[in-house]
Amino acid sequence: MKCHVCKTGDATVHLTQIVNGKVQKVDLCEACAKEKGVTNPTELSISDLLFGLEQEDAGTPPRASAESRCPSCEMKLSDFRRAARLGCPRCYEAFSDALAPMLKGMHKGRQHLGKIPPGGGDETAKGDSLMRLRQELLAAVKAENFEAAARLRDQIKILEQRADAEEPRP
Amino acid sequence: MSGAKKIEADGIVITSRVRLARNLQGHSFPGWSRKPERLQLLELLRPSVEALPEMKGGVCHAMDALPALDKQILVEKHLISREHAGRNIGSAVVISRDETFSVMINEEDHLRMQAIRPGLCLEKVYALIDGVDTRLAGALPFAFSPKLGYLTACPTNVGTGMRASAMLHLPALVLADHMDKIISAVGKLGLAVRGLYGEGTEALGNLFQISNQMTLGEREAEIVGRLEKVVSEIVRHEINARATLLEKTPRMLYDHIGRAYGVLAHARIISSKECINLLSMIQLGVALDAFGGLNAEDVEQLFVETQPAHLQRDQGHSRLSAEERDALRADLVRPVIARCKAPKFGIPPPTEEPPKTT
Ligand SMILES: [Zn+2]
Ligand SMILES: [Zn+2]
Repeated sequence: MKCHVCKTGDATVHLTQIVNGKVQKVDLCEACAKEKGVTNPTELSISDLLFGLEQEDAGTPPRASAESRCPSCEMKLSDFRRAARLGCPRCYEAFSDALAPMLKGMHKGRQHLGKIPPGGGDETAKGDSLMRLRQELLAAVKAENFEAAARLRDQIKILEQRADAEEPRP
Repeated sequence: MSGAKKIEADGIVITSRVRLARNLQGHSFPGWSRKPERLQLLELLRPSVEALPEMKGGVCHAMDALPALDKQILVEKHLISREHAGRNIGSAVVISRDETFSVMINEEDHLRMQAIRPGLCLEKVYALIDGVDTRLAGALPFAFSPKLGYLTACPTNVGTGMRASAMLHLPALVLADHMDKIISAVGKLGLAVRGLYGEGTEALGNLFQISNQMTLGEREAEIVGRLEKVVSEIVRHEINARATLLEKTPRMLYDHIGRAYGVLAHARIISSKECINLLSMIQLGVALDAFGGLNAEDVEQLFVETQPAHLQRDQGHSRLSAEERDALRADLVRPVIARCKAPKFGIPPPTEEPPKTT
């Protein structure tokens, strides 16, 4: 198997991740892995690696642009990396793949447990996010990405418990 | 230790502060938005903030209209951040009459609101700012995700958007060389300790700020409760360290306090750094009841009044040079310290260390 980046070296580093419900694989040679900063594959976001790469894999659709942008504020992932600040609230969705490992490293958990603003915590919002998580869970199970599935299942459980716990309050 | 008074916790925790970061749905964060959008948001946010009951009789400063010196004074009073002082058109700060509340508009986030109070009262201070936040949320649609909580410009603040902190004066723990141990123990609890002034590990005036680092995956009450508990614990350690110093090495302790008195009562030129460090020893002396007629508030006042912008404040348009500031600082502190008598200590001068003879 040849390296995905330089297309000459023998691939020895293999990465798999769910991106937008699709399995993406990247195979890298030792040198390219090092250059991309892959020292600990589990900490790495594959989407970073894929930016600027042509995907020849027939199974996955080609990416529309070389670099994803936030549809709302037009920030690019590279802008975020440079500024270390996001462009707008919707960037959290747009860059969720890149943000996930970061958030995991810097916080206690991945599910907000604190205050909910009036309106932000209503049943529609909670329902929406539950529905989205359940869809992601289905996709993860289908893709046999069990690590992601376990994480999603935990999140769904927390949200459901919260919804229950908050019901009696006026 | 029959002669020694009970050591009080007063003055160890100087302030408790909680700040919340909030943003509006559908708008870019201030650092990524253009001037017209920032101005539009400022116009939208400012009336809501000024209408808060907490802000009755307060002031609003547009950052482009505020002279650099006034900005610096607000920084020294911990009412705005250093970053906010660097901002200009499109940013503002609203400050309550008693300076308990301040709300920065278009800092790194659309809103950065804080409550600050003297002493250890983190839970109460959180309740205060929580009330402000709830009122504002009734009028403004905050960017919020059920999964990630309040969405902030920096992912380190996402979730609760809350940074709770206490400012502590810990001279005995520093003298006893215990701070490294405390810093690493506290770090394991997800809290950060840093020197209030000075770079890196240097903590001028033995002043430290301890705050939560994580904002996602935990309730506000848990974060604040843990911080309050850890701060109380550190206060207990500081009191113990003071008692130990009094008992084991009183000569060293009295020497530090006596020298601070001697220098501050007579100096004609003093740098900010030396002044803060010596005032810390005076404050320790006050806590040990070594000075009659000087109380902790007087010393705290001197800490603030000897900061560069505060010194410059009453000097009109002539900008002070560093040398002039050092002279002015000495002239400000000297009369206050010289007014009180040389320190007297509860325990008679130690006899366990025989005077050196040559
Ligand atoms: Zn390669
Ligand atoms: Zn965006």
